[in-house]
Amino acid sequence: MTAKERMAIEPQAMPEQDAKVRARNMNEVALGYTAEMARREASRCMQCAAKPCMRGCPVAINIPGFLAKAAEGNFEGALAVIRETSLLPAVCGRVCPQEKQCQKFCTMGKLLKDVDKAVAIGRVERFVADLAREKAASAAGKGVPAPSVAPSDRTGRRVAVVGSGPASITCAADCARAGHDVTMFEAFHKAGGVLVYGIPEFRLPKAIVQNEIDGLKALGVKVELNYVVGRTRKLRDLMEKDGFDAVFVGTGAGLPKFMDIEGENLVGVFSANEYLTRANLMKAYDEKGHDTPFWHGRRVAVLGGGNVAMDASRMALRLGAEKVYLVYRRSEAEMPARKEEVHHAKEEGVEFLMLQNAKRVLGDDQGRVVGLECLKYELGEPDASGRRSPVAIPGSEFTLDVDTVVVAVGNASNPLIPATTEGLEVNKRGNIVVDAETNMTSIPGVFAGGDIVLGAATVILAMGEGRRAAAGINAYLAKKGSAS
Amino acid sequence: MNCIKEKRQLSDNVFFMKIDAPLIARERKAGQFIILMVDEEAGERIPLTIADADETAGTISIIFQTVGATTMKLSRLEPGDSLAAVLGPLGRPTDIRGANGEKPGHVVCVGGGIGVAPMHPIAQALKAAGNRVTIIMGARNKSLFVMEDEMRRIAGDDLILMTDDGSSGRKGLVTEPLKELCESGAVDEVIAIGPPIMMKFCALTTRPYGVKTVASLNTIMIDGTGMCGGCRVSVGGKTKFVCVDGPEFDAHQVDWDLMLKRMGAFKPQEAAARDHVCNLFKGI
Repeated sequence: MTAKERMAIEPQAMPEQDAKVRARNMNEVALGYTAEMARREASRCMQCAAKPCMRGCPVAINIPGFLAKAAEGNFEGALAVIRETSLLPAVCGRVCPQEKQCQKFCTMGKLLKDVDKAVAIGRVERFVADLAREKAASAAGKGVPAPSVAPSDRTGRRVAVVGSGPASITCAADCARAGHDVTMFEAFHKAGGVLVYGIPEFRLPKAIVQNEIDGLKALGVKVELNYVVGRTRKLRDLMEKDGFDAVFVGTGAGLPKFMDIEGENLVGVFSANEYLTRANLMKAYDEKGHDTPFWHGRRVAVLGGGNVAMDASRMALRLGAEKVYLVYRRSEAEMPARKEEVHHAKEEGVEFLMLQNAKRVLGDDQGRVVGLECLKYELGEPDASGRRSPVAIPGSEFTLDVDTVVVAVGNASNPLIPATTEGLEVNKRGNIVVDAETNMTSIPGVFAGGDIVLGAATVILAMGEGRRAAAGINAYLAKKGSAS
Repeated sequence: MNCIKEKRQLSDNVFFMKIDAPLIARERKAGQFIILMVDEEAGERIPLTIADADETAGTISIIFQTVGATTMKLSRLEPGDSLAAVLGPLGRPTDIRGANGEKPGHVVCVGGGIGVAPMHPIAQALKAAGNRVTIIMGARNKSLFVMEDEMRRIAGDDLILMTDDGSSGRKGLVTEPLKELCESGAVDEVIAIGPPIMMKFCALTTRPYGVKTVASLNTIMIDGTGMCGGCRVSVGGKTKFVCVDGPEFDAHQVDWDLMLKRMGAFKPQEAAARDHVCNLFKGI
C-alpha cells in the first residue's frame, strides 16, 4: 500500500452508545471496533522509519509492529507484540491519554495536520486485547489462559506485593514469571485498586479487571484481600518474620486533596474517591440492591479538570442528577483529562464552567449543601507547570444552585506505609524515594512504584513503574541468591 | 475466613460476638478498630471497635448495637457462620498515659452505652501502665450496660454506674460524676467513648478545668485507610481523617456539631435500608 493510499483511508470512528441513552446507564460508552474497522484503522499506519509514536509511549510498545500485524488481520500476532512490553492492553487501550502520548507524535496525524486524525492506536490495541479475551472466554468458559511457570523454574524466593492496582498487577506478573512465589496484599475486599474503586464501569468494565486478576492467579500469584500492610502486618515484619525476600509497595496516591475552603466538610461535599467508591466498588448503581447508601444529588458541582472529575460528573448523571456542573479554574485547553472523556462528558450533558473556581460551600442550618459560591478567573502568566496560571477576578462572585459538591482536585500520597515503616525515605510531598533504575527504596529489598512514587499519574506510567521495579526485584534476588 | 466462634445477646439490640481473626488479634492495640462486611457482593463496610482480643486463640470480640441494615444482618448470624470481610486493626493505637516514660496519673474513662466495649482494652492498658483508673459507665437503663464485670475488675471501687432511670447506680448523666471528679482536682486525663452527643458534653464539662480530654470517634467510613475521606472531621479548625489521623482526638478541639451533622448524612437511606432488612426478616 502506498502512503497516498494509506492517507486516503477514512479514520475509523469508534461506535458508541447514544449520548442521551448512555448518560442514564452504566454500560460501556465506547462499544469497540469490529475486526474490519480494526484492520482498516491499522492500515492507516505509515510504518514510518522514525516510529515517533514509540517515543510517546511510556512503555515503548512496538506500535508500528503491532499495527502491521493487525492490518494483515493477524490480531493474535498483534497482541503478542504489545505483550512484549505491556501487560494490560485491554485497560490501557481504554484509559491511556493517547492524544498526549503515542498519537500525539503519529506521522499520519502530522500529515493530516490534526491529532484527532492520527492512527487510533489505542482503539486497535483495545480491539486485539478484547478479541483475545473473548476467544479465551468462549474456549475455556472464562479467563485468559495464562502460562504457568514450570515447577523447575521456581526460585523459592518470596515476594510481597502491597496493593493491587496497575503498578502492583504488573510487578506481580513479572515477578511470578521469573519464578518467584508472589503474594499480593489488598486492603479492600476486591482486587484491582483504582481500576475497581475509581474508574467507572462505563469507562472500564470490571470484568476486564477481574480477568487480569484471574490471569495473575493462573500464574500462581496468591491474592490476600482485607489485608492492610502497615496495620495488619508491618512492612518490616513481612520480611523479618514472615519470610518475604522482597517487597513491592504500590499503594497509590490514595489520600484525597480538598480545596481548603469554607464549608468543605458540610453534608453533601464528597471527595471524588468517596463518591466514586460508593458508586463503583460498593455498587450504588446496582438495581438488585446494595447496602451502602448513596447520595443522590439533584444538582451537582464537580470541582477539577482531570479524568476523575469527568468520571464523577458523568457518574452523577447516571445516578439521576438533573444538572451537573464541572467547575475548573483554568480553560479547557489546560484540562488534564483525556480528550475523549471531555468530549463524552459534554455530549452527555455536563455543563462546563471554565475559568471559574469554588470559593466557599454554602450550607443550611442542618449543615447540608445549598449552594456553591464561585469566583471567575482569567489566565495570567505561565506558572511552574508551563500552563498559564489562573488569576481570580475580584468581585466576580456568583452562586451556583447545587445540593452536592464533589471535590476532584487530585490525591496526595497515602501516609500509612511510610508512617508505620521506620527508615523508609519519603520526599516532602510524602512520595516514596526510589532508585531511578531499580525502583528500590531506602530499605534494601523494598521496592516501590506507581502513584506512591510518582504522585497521581496514569495507569500506563504506573504499569511501567511496576515493570521496572519487577526487573529490579528479579536482579536483586538473583544477586542475593548467588551470594547466599 | 472469619468464622464466628461465639455469640451472645446482651440486651434487646446489643450483641457480643467472638470472631476468628488471628492476624488482627496478634497486632491490635488498645484504641484500634476494624471494618467488616457481612455480604460480599452487595454488602456495606462498617467500622466497629474491638472490645477484646485473644492472641493465643486468634480471636477478637466485638459488641454492637443493631442500628442499621448491616448490624441487623450481622445480628442474624450464628456461630459457625462466616463474615465476608474483616479488615484491621485500623487507626492509631491509644497513647496510653504512663506507657511511654511519662508519669502515670489518675485517668477517668467515660463509656456511654456500647462505648464501654472499646473502652475496655484502653482501661486495661491504662491500669497496666500504673494509672489509677476511674470508670464511669452510662446507659439509659440497667439492661443496657455491657461488660460491667470486666470493667469492675479493672476499676474496683472506682466504678461509677449512671442510668437515666436510676435502675442501677446513680440516676443522671455521666457528666455529673465527671464534673465532681474534675472539681476535686485529682484528674490528669479523661477519655470519653460513646454517642457523639455524650462525648461533646464530656468535653464541655472538662474544658473549664483544663483537663486533657480525649474522645474516640466513630464516623462513617468506607475503606478505613485514608482513601475516601468520608470520615473527615474538623479538629482545631483543620480537617482530619478519623481512620488514619484518629480515631482519638483532643475532645476540646473537635467540631462536634459539624460531626453530628455529618454522621446524619445518610439517615433517610439508612432508615430505608433498615426497614427493608426488617421486613425481610419478618418474612422469614
